Amino acid sequence: MTNFNEERMQPWRVELRNSMKPKDRLAISRVKMPELDPEYRCHTMKEEVNLGLTPEMALMESKRCIDCANPTCVQGCPVSINIPKFIKNIERGEFLEAAKTLKETSVLTAVCGRVCPQEKQCEAQCIHLKTKNEAVAIGYLERFAADYERDTGNISIPEMAAPLHKKVAAVGSGPAGLAFAGDMAKMGYEVVLFEALHEIGGVLRYGIPEFRLPNKIVDAEIRNLIAMGVHFVTNCIIGKTITIDDLLAEDYKGIFIGSGAGLPRFMNIKGENLVGIMSSNEYLTRVNLMDAANPESDTPVIKGKKVAVIGGGNTAMDAVRTARRLGAEKAMIVYRRTEQEMPARIEEIKHAKEEGIEFMTLRNPIEYYGDKNGRVTHMLLQVMELGEPDASGRRSPVEVKGKTELVEVDEVIVSVGVSPNPLIPQSVKGLEVTSRGTLVVNEETMQTSIPYIFAGGDIVRGGATVILAMGDGRKAAKGMNEWIMKQNS
Amino acid sequence: MNKIVSKEYLSPNVVKFEVEAPLIAKARRAGHFVIVRVGEKGERIPLTIADANTEKGTITLIVQKIGLSTSKLCELNEGDCITDLVGPLGKATHIENFGTVVCACGGVGTAPMLPIAEAMKKAGNHVITVLAARTKELIILEEQMRKFSDEIIIMTDDGSYGNKGLVTDGVEMVLKRQKVDLCVTIGPAIMMKFVSELTKKYNIPTIASLNTIMVDGTGMCGACRISVGGKTKFVCVDGPEFDAHQVDFDEMLIRLNGYKDIEREQLHKIAPNT
Repeated sequence: MTNFNEERMQPWRVELRNSMKPKDRLAISRVKMPELDPEYRCHTMKEEVNLGLTPEMALMESKRCIDCANPTCVQGCPVSINIPKFIKNIERGEFLEAAKTLKETSVLTAVCGRVCPQEKQCEAQCIHLKTKNEAVAIGYLERFAADYERDTGNISIPEMAAPLHKKVAAVGSGPAGLAFAGDMAKMGYEVVLFEALHEIGGVLRYGIPEFRLPNKIVDAEIRNLIAMGVHFVTNCIIGKTITIDDLLAEDYKGIFIGSGAGLPRFMNIKGENLVGIMSSNEYLTRVNLMDAANPESDTPVIKGKKVAVIGGGNTAMDAVRTARRLGAEKAMIVYRRTEQEMPARIEEIKHAKEEGIEFMTLRNPIEYYGDKNGRVTHMLLQVMELGEPDASGRRSPVEVKGKTELVEVDEVIVSVGVSPNPLIPQSVKGLEVTSRGTLVVNEETMQTSIPYIFAGGDIVRGGATVILAMGDGRKAAKGMNEWIMKQNS
Repeated sequence: MNKIVSKEYLSPNVVKFEVEAPLIAKARRAGHFVIVRVGEKGERIPLTIADANTEKGTITLIVQKIGLSTSKLCELNEGDCITDLVGPLGKATHIENFGTVVCACGGVGTAPMLPIAEAMKKAGNHVITVLAARTKELIILEEQMRKFSDEIIIMTDDGSYGNKGLVTDGVEMVLKRQKVDLCVTIGPAIMMKFVSELTKKYNIPTIASLNTIMVDGTGMCGACRISVGGKTKFVCVDGPEFDAHQVDFDEMLIRLNGYKDIEREQLHKIAPNT
């Protein structure tokens, strides 16, 4: 384990810390992320909205961190990145060292620097908030260090243990599987990662649009894993193409399941199966994985002019902003609570608004109407108001009796959550499953009811974030390694 | 990448491929399908597995040229590779000795019916196959179907072969003369709708294997959703076979046409003058 305090007392850190008074550090205002112009970016599919910090900006921002004795930011990070150490490396100009520090505990740093909800994690714990200042922009700095390493062609391969000559499998190549694979490879295991789709990356590929997470970033992370010796097998569904028993017969010592939250939820309201109404999974998969907006792609996508996206999460924001880029004149978020309760990141909401997305809050669809060809033309919205807080602590929405609105639409994207993918639970006998269809695991080790099977990510959580999935993958790697070692002793 | 080991035209627009896919050949059961993709910009389309050879490690796919993606696939030749092939997907057909089973298939629907008829026959059923098409040259797999059928009734719309009439005429002929325990129907949605309406009248349990639009084929997107008994089901993971009498075929027909306009535009990519 990294000894945070010992590292903090290293001479270079002490010197750097003392080179500037905390008061002066505090006096610097938080950096603003350079962004593409909203009007321009509404018409470009793949250009990333956030442009990243320049080295000068990163240096200045890194000075804002006072390198405090009790870095609570680290506790806010699901994978306990040594945040002060990487930031201070940026401050002393050692950008590659900063990137290495990130990789001590994280595998997808350029991804997490972009899509982690830092404002709810590390940055929410920043000491600056206690003094009514803005938190250090940890996420921006993470992205900066990871991008610097990649863009300068200096990607470092973590130190690898000697080969153990033991095979392990990972099912699903999303963030959980990638993190698991990276850690197991580091420990000397031979890792084979099985993916059902034709491309690697899971939700990073089919779900998150390129304007938020470019494919080249995901590609670089995958190349990194390949360099570490991880094998990828696409177009292979465990439980269908080959079974868990087949894997055992091939001498796999452990299997990690990170098959994700595959099944989209619908609301089961009248008219929901009309043409033009689809899940955000379908819409985003068509556009992201299948590149349907590209005229050269064979996959079609409906390019609605009046598009409603139902839901208030990050996926809903991704879908509505995609619709805008595909030419929607009116792109709407329909959400049953208010903006305060929206699960989406503040940044996504801000970006969506800048791009002209309409927010129809306190509205809930109750019926869809179509034309004679079965295409959706209107949605009927129930007007809501906020009632008492529910179990989640959020004030629950209640109907305002008799108050409805009819809104014209030609495309509706339903983004009200997902359920765990049932393929694995259905095909593996004896695997303990919750009533919600998620896999039951030991929270410390991520071991399932079948000892050689471990699991993590949305198949366990039901629908969470990239970083939590990654954290699960890492925990499972540790758990599986310990379990395999015990089998041998 | 999966290599095509043989290609044969069954009718001017229907191609039979044998494709290398040893793992799928071993794992597949009657009723299963695969998703294929042709080319780096290709679309993912579902195709039911018509047959498999575990020794050769191949599966048989029978493809009808309908739109852009099926046309691209049909242009491939022996020795070419299919870019992506994944499966087997869906739930396998429930096979048991029901007694007398009528297999009602139309056009290229005969292909996915073949392994079902085979399995039904092997389970001890008396299999009566009603094989229908618009005209004689569109009747496919007759010889293979005969192997697994105790009786085969050929129907053509124009009377150019077998009896003149629709598949429903053939099925009704059987239902009128003898007791039938199960009907399985595969073909165009509109055909399955009418078969289902007919067997409902005679109160014969009926299974339909549905061919909806899919993207991933693993339950992720919901493009294939249909209403069965008033509930939304996903053809890819809950099906592809359902109790035909519960399926909302009208809704399915509408959903199948959801991308027709775009598809028509896309066909210009391969045939600019059509």
